[in-house]
Amino acid sequence: MKKSVFFGAMTVAGLAAGAAAAGTLDDVKARGKLNCGVTTGLTGFAAPDANGEWAGFDVSVCRAVAAAVLGDASAVEFVPTTGKTRFTALASGEIDMLARNTTWTFSRDVDLKFTFVGVNYYDGQGFMVPKELGVSSAKELDGATVCIQTGTTTELNLADFFRANNISYEPVPIETNAEAQQQYLAGACDVYTTDASGLAATRATFEDPTAHVVLPEIVSKEPLGPLVRHGDDEWGDVVRWSLNAMIAAEELGVSSANVADMSASAGNNPEINRLLGTEGNLGEMLGLSADWAKNIIASVGNYGEVFEANIGESTPIGLARGLNAQWTDGGLLYTPPFR
Amino acid sequence: MSNTHSDTVAFVRDTMLPQQEPPSSSVGAVGWMRTNLFSGWFNTVLTIVSLGFIAFILYEILPWLISPTWDGTSLTNCREILAGLGDESGACWGVIRERWQQLMFGFYPSDLYWRPVLAFLLLLVAIAPLLFADYVSPKLIWFSMLYPFLAAWLLWGGAIWAPIFAILGFVVGFVVFRYGSKVILPALALAAGVVAAILWWTAIGPAIEAPLSAAIPIGIESVQSREFGGFMLSITIGVTAIMCSLPIGIVLALGRQSDLLLVKAICVGFIEFIRGVPLITLLFVASVLLNIFLPPGTNFDIILRVMIMVTLFAAAYMAEVIRGGLAALPKGQYEGADSLGLDYWQAQRLIIMPQALKISIPGIVSTFIGVFKDTTLVSIISMFDPIGLSNAIRADTAWNGVYWELFIFIGAVFFVFCFSMSRYSMYLERKLQTGHR
Amino acid sequence: MATLSDPPAESFKLSMLIYDTRYRAVTFQIMALIAFLTLIGWLISNTAQNLADLGKEPSFGFLFEPAGYDINQRLVEYNNQDSHLRAAFVGLLNTLLVAFLGCVTATVIGVIVGVLRLSGNWLVARVMTVYVEMFRNVPVLMWIVLAMAILIESLPAPRDFRGDNATASMSVFDSVAVTNRGVYIPEPLFSRSLGDLPVGGAFNISLDLVAFLVVLAGGLFLSGRIRARADAQQEATGVRPTTWYLRLGAVLVPVIAVLIALGFHLGYPELKGFNFQGGTYMRNSLIALWLALSLYTAAFIAEIVRAGILAISKGQTEAAGALGLRPGRIMSLVILPQALRVIIPPLISNYLNLTKNSSLAIAVGYMDLTGTLMGITLNQTGRELETVLLGMLIYLGISLAISALMNWYNSRVKLVER
Repeated sequence: MKKSVFFGAMTVAGLAAGAAAAGTLDDVKARGKLNCGVTTGLTGFAAPDANGEWAGFDVSVCRAVAAAVLGDASAVEFVPTTGKTRFTALASGEIDMLARNTTWTFSRDVDLKFTFVGVNYYDGQGFMVPKELGVSSAKELDGATVCIQTGTTTELNLADFFRANNISYEPVPIETNAEAQQQYLAGACDVYTTDASGLAATRATFEDPTAHVVLPEIVSKEPLGPLVRHGDDEWGDVVRWSLNAMIAAEELGVSSANVADMSASAGNNPEINRLLGTEGNLGEMLGLSADWAKNIIASVGNYGEVFEANIGESTPIGLARGLNAQWTDGGLLYTPPFR
Repeated sequence: MSNTHSDTVAFVRDTMLPQQEPPSSSVGAVGWMRTNLFSGWFNTVLTIVSLGFIAFILYEILPWLISPTWDGTSLTNCREILAGLGDESGACWGVIRERWQQLMFGFYPSDLYWRPVLAFLLLLVAIAPLLFADYVSPKLIWFSMLYPFLAAWLLWGGAIWAPIFAILGFVVGFVVFRYGSKVILPALALAAGVVAAILWWTAIGPAIEAPLSAAIPIGIESVQSREFGGFMLSITIGVTAIMCSLPIGIVLALGRQSDLLLVKAICVGFIEFIRGVPLITLLFVASVLLNIFLPPGTNFDIILRVMIMVTLFAAAYMAEVIRGGLAALPKGQYEGADSLGLDYWQAQRLIIMPQALKISIPGIVSTFIGVFKDTTLVSIISMFDPIGLSNAIRADTAWNGVYWELFIFIGAVFFVFCFSMSRYSMYLERKLQTGHR
Repeated sequence: MATLSDPPAESFKLSMLIYDTRYRAVTFQIMALIAFLTLIGWLISNTAQNLADLGKEPSFGFLFEPAGYDINQRLVEYNNQDSHLRAAFVGLLNTLLVAFLGCVTATVIGVIVGVLRLSGNWLVARVMTVYVEMFRNVPVLMWIVLAMAILIESLPAPRDFRGDNATASMSVFDSVAVTNRGVYIPEPLFSRSLGDLPVGGAFNISLDLVAFLVVLAGGLFLSGRIRARADAQQEATGVRPTTWYLRLGAVLVPVIAVLIALGFHLGYPELKGFNFQGGTYMRNSLIALWLALSLYTAAFIAEIVRAGILAISKGQTEAAGALGLRPGRIMSLVILPQALRVIIPPLISNYLNLTKNSSLAIAVGYMDLTGTLMGITLNQTGRELETVLLGMLIYLGISLAISALMNWYNSRVKLVER
């Protein structure tokens, strides 16, 4: 009986990804689906709705790649991963790319052998405290109980920060954001620390958000971005330029509203023309169709639209663009030219 | 004698007194309470403490539990409803209304919900000949044997040919074994049968199946195992693990009792290893290591990997349950089988196993309950069982902050499943006891 | 080789390996061994090749690198510059601590509940049944999470103790603070401390504790001698001398003397800054895990105890009753000692289960072995193979040790019975 189920499920599941060494791009095209690793649920970044449809900021990156490669933003299998399983899932070929607010660090890039293709969100670790504590700087937190979400770089940054400032603290490691939130609200910890975006998202859902403040210190750099396996540069390029296309589209003023008009015929901005495939053969160089970027923008939107729809100021999360504004607006988003 | 008696005693009643009602303090509600609740100071104290405890729990929980928030669309909305009623706190049942189907079926396509439901109902039919052998026709056992294939097909969908060819593999193996055992030693014939079946599954079957399913494409919409979730996932993992672990458990139990030193050592080593480590570490193996242990390029999806590890886990426990059943059989049964001239396998198949398995059923049921409860651990390795889903639901901006409602719902459903199974196993234990003594 | 010239070898036919029962066992065992070794070899070669493909080499070197993270509950000295190995050791001690506490509490609750389930008091028996069924039929992971949530939600936060209009206050003469971060109790302090004794350069053993334990053991030994002498005198003369004050004194006087000599006093917890300072601190993660594991396992133990009691024939109860024993003493002197034989083997497996379930500590952020070695260390180093295998081996070691210990105890009990 064991064999039967084994066999049956194997035929049906169809031996997911084949050899990881083969071209991932060809695999994805042959499969007709992109396997994309996301979190098991992080407000604003990735969460399934009541119908099981995934939505969020990281999810949009997956959808963009699917739109570029397959022309269909919904041709994505979302594979939920934890902090522990995400790298194994990517290394073993279970997923083609990982978009799980993962910090780009030296050791992950070099030692764990992954390629970070860019940054889709510039974050940093911050602290949130109740206003009534009267704390105005993280350096005043001597002796405080700190709730940390584990499975990230957070606990290391925290240890470094408190050691550098020579103050003591009591760490309370917590597995999920929901539990951290509960402990923090009940006063079981004085401080909640995680990425500043996560703090804002959490604070937004409190009954009284104004009773809590996010401290000014950002104790770490957290460039979050999608990543792929080492050694498959073609696939890395596809993911990298899909992300870049979203960023460039915002810079160039191409949005899901006007992309149809703009791509109908070549306009007078050559970079837009090259991006949308009405001029040159950028898509062909990537091994994709000429309208790859148009598909991304039409079905997912440009970076600004995705940001606004998922985590921007019009959503309950209400994040300001800050570092994630275009370089022309004083932010860090600066995509290499499409040329 | 009677004379002397009549001399010394002045009066002897020679008619019976009419029967009197017992005193009112020892019958009815009062009497019952006196004997069962207030017999002595210690019991009185216990009763009062228990009553106080029950009242306290109900007082704390009931007002929160009864809350008219079934229609709430988000946590904020619930809070508004409650504030409108002047309630300080109350449960927000809107999340259950919106998500109960997801908690039951995960991301399974909603128009196909009938398939897991049907598979579950058929499961009840399929286990009936094992569990209620007195009430159903023994012919139903044929359906039970077909059930695993049918259920796999219903759940995963796809062409009908896959399960049919899987069954045919067993048929091929059995035929080879049957005719082979007339020519060579049964053990060798068994090996030949296994080889033939594997050959069928890996080489012959797929070769015929591909053109056949292209020519006659009969099938239902296929569903990826990634879409499984909620209680459906727990039940699927639990049932698969128990079904698959039964044969492995029997082999391990026999191996553990075997006189062959090496075989015994391997079986004992396996059982003790699996029973000595926590399930969560085996799940870590499933999630991060199993791919490393298998040939390069192999890649099952995570659910299949978890099923493999949970099966191995359950098999070790099953082996111990069956060993208990074997040990409980009177020695006379073994000797009787020997004196009939049966060889080892015949004795096992015809005499020992049918009885040992029957005694083991309560143990098997409780193993199943344990495995079913333990499937909640898969939430730790990012699978959407009910608890994993509750985290995902809370990641939705509408429900961020909902906590107790989900846990109470999930706990209640688990309780209903496990409680009914444990009641069944108790019923069976009582039945078996009277049957044997 | 030498047997080649032996007469039986000449008549040896290959088919005898299978058909001759003398050889068959050997043949099958060799076949099983070959199959087993092939399987192991296959797994190892797969692993080697996969790791080579990933560009990783299995190595335990990472264990000696600085861990970089902090652990809140540490039974031995640890800071974030210590090695991963030491972090794992801290986690292991935490696992053992909660397993030990859990086993003791679960046994106590389990025996009480098991006995009460058979109580003549209808209401108590029902309440206990509800308790047992509720805990047995809901996954332990849920109980752990719920226990934590209840502690966090229902107990006051340290900030409630502050200010003039504090909503919470400390209990037991202002010495114990029960908060939703944990329970703070007074700690023993020694103003003339003997200091610590470093062992192997890695751990410190408090000499105060050693002195205390040595004196206590000496006192208990003395008390035992006094009892033995009283026994001997009773045997000889039939009159037992009154010795309870002697025995009490033998234990207490030296202990108190040592405590005074060391300058013993209590350090009380006090609200300072964000938290209570001073005193000993038992974190809520430990309490929640301990409570949930004990209550969950106790429900199973209760059933075992009940079955054990029911297995003792009713005649025993009646005979004891005829001797004039009261119900409580019948239970403790006649029934339970006999039921123990039936109870102990399943009790062992429940202890094992509790220990293994303690690995779910991860759900409440209790830093046990799973949380350190197979949690943060795994995440930070990316060494899945090494950490998980090492973790499994350690758990296996603990399990085998527990079952060995309990089996030894079981055989002792059995010997006494006969």
